[in-house]
Amino acid sequence: MKVLVAVKRVIDYNVKVRVKPDNTGVDLANVKMAMNPFCEIAVEEAVRLKEKGVASEIVVVSIGPKAAQEQIRTALALGADRGIHVETDEEVQSLEAAKLLKSVVEKEEPKLVILGKQSIDTDNNQTGQMLAALTGMGQGTFASEVVVEGDKVNVTREVDGGLVTVGLNLPAVVTTDLRLNEPRYASLPNIMKAKKKPLDSMSPADLGVDIAPRLTTLKVEAPASREAGIKVADVAELVDKLKNEAKVI
Amino acid sequence: MSILVIAEHDNSSLKQSTLNVVAAAKAIGGDIDVLVAGENCGAVGEAAAKAEGVNKVLVADNAAYGHFLAENLGELIAEVGKNYSHILAGAGTAGKDFMPRVAALLDVAQVSDIIRVESDDTFVRPIYAGNAIATVKSSDSIKVVTVRPTAFDPVAAEGGSATVENVDIVKDAGVSTFISEQMAESDRPDLGSADIVISGGRGMQNGDNFKMLEQVADILGAAVGASRAAVDAGFVPNDMQVGQTGKIVAPQLYVAVGISGAIQHLAGMSDSKVIVAINKDEEAPIFQVADYGLVADLFEAVPQLEEELKKVV
Repeated sequence: MKVLVAVKRVIDYNVKVRVKPDNTGVDLANVKMAMNPFCEIAVEEAVRLKEKGVASEIVVVSIGPKAAQEQIRTALALGADRGIHVETDEEVQSLEAAKLLKSVVEKEEPKLVILGKQSIDTDNNQTGQMLAALTGMGQGTFASEVVVEGDKVNVTREVDGGLVTVGLNLPAVVTTDLRLNEPRYASLPNIMKAKKKPLDSMSPADLGVDIAPRLTTLKVEAPASREAGIKVADVAELVDKLKNEAKVI
Repeated sequence: MSILVIAEHDNSSLKQSTLNVVAAAKAIGGDIDVLVAGENCGAVGEAAAKAEGVNKVLVADNAAYGHFLAENLGELIAEVGKNYSHILAGAGTAGKDFMPRVAALLDVAQVSDIIRVESDDTFVRPIYAGNAIATVKSSDSIKVVTVRPTAFDPVAAEGGSATVENVDIVKDAGVSTFISEQMAESDRPDLGSADIVISGGRGMQNGDNFKMLEQVADILGAAVGASRAAVDAGFVPNDMQVGQTGKIVAPQLYVAVGISGAIQHLAGMSDSKVIVAINKDEEAPIFQVADYGLVADLFEAVPQLEEELKKVV
């Protein structure tokens, strides 16, 4: 079966984020960019499904500027077979991203679509669920285990207070949580091979989707900083402070 | 304006986060209705009717909603919610699951995880793991919003007298089924709403050592949490994770034990009223946000803490 994986180019998770002085956004000039960590887990899961003989082809799609092809190439080096780049320099919000992915799903007809549960830039946690709703598919969000059996997939989900397992008819959408797997690193030979794998490019207009944003960001500010307090000498002093000064116990 | 709040519950009791979301709805202003969707959930509807500021409670009681499958809830909420100006739910794993479906079915954007209401169309939310705070304005006719419960003080659970109506809309998308669940059995308070939280990090060295924290937690009536490092190392399950990729907590007292204080952890707990850090590394970033820091080996300090607390609590 064919698996479609969506990946997003975001600021590298190790980079310290700085708000622009004019409060219009976050400074991304000369900042290291990378594949969103939850998307890496999505790629890894697809590759494992292929290694198990469950997936026959992995198509990776990314929406974003020209440079997002780097992240597609990374996914190809990790084991995806073919890439689709929906190229735009405009801001694409979750609903519009879901509409673009819906259009790709209609062309490619995958049995399973795997996405990260959220991107670490906007922290929205929406696109997978929106794609599932627009295509009428079932969804297994925040997945920690994915088991394909015949024309169904069982997804164990990380929820508040524990785990829930749901069964979904295929095709279905899965979004990844942290413990689904540990992504591998791409080997040098595979990075070289990835350069030769096919990569199609298209525009949002080619897919017939209006990507005009519905949400306007009025300003972006740095969070209120918290002052460091005092050091206590020992446990007895700590308990005394908590009881008599802070009055929280 | 009219606001529909989606209740969070387990079919028998209303979760406190619903009261926090109603508080966010009050900040927007307008009539507030609460939708309780579940199976044999009449008691939840009655509880919601007592909450302060609620105008009407709608109860959709059907087997299709018993396990809160997002595919069925999404269709129900979109149908019930299409006549409201706002649809609000808590930004827990339930709300995160079904609300984007609601937004997509209504062809509107969703504003996720708001921490403040500026006006009826403008909201404040953290981005980049809380390293930046964005003010966002929605131009859609229906605002679909998830609310970070800890950012809003809950309305009173008692004193209201809303009317309760049954909703006979049955939506079964037929694409998903519930198979099983494994819920953590615990007498301790829920991590997301506990007044005191004690969390362990990589410094705990293994899962067994978390028993030390549990003993302290039991004295204080606290919940036990963990850093992502402790979860990634396999010490404890992911539902204990405090941080941007786990739970966001804001208790009266947060005790961080053997936690260095990575940005992603701080994003999940830095709104706590009082923060205590116990770490043997004097340079650990956690001390920069702690009100009270103790530089000590946790394997000596935590048993001492247990003994000292027994004397005073």
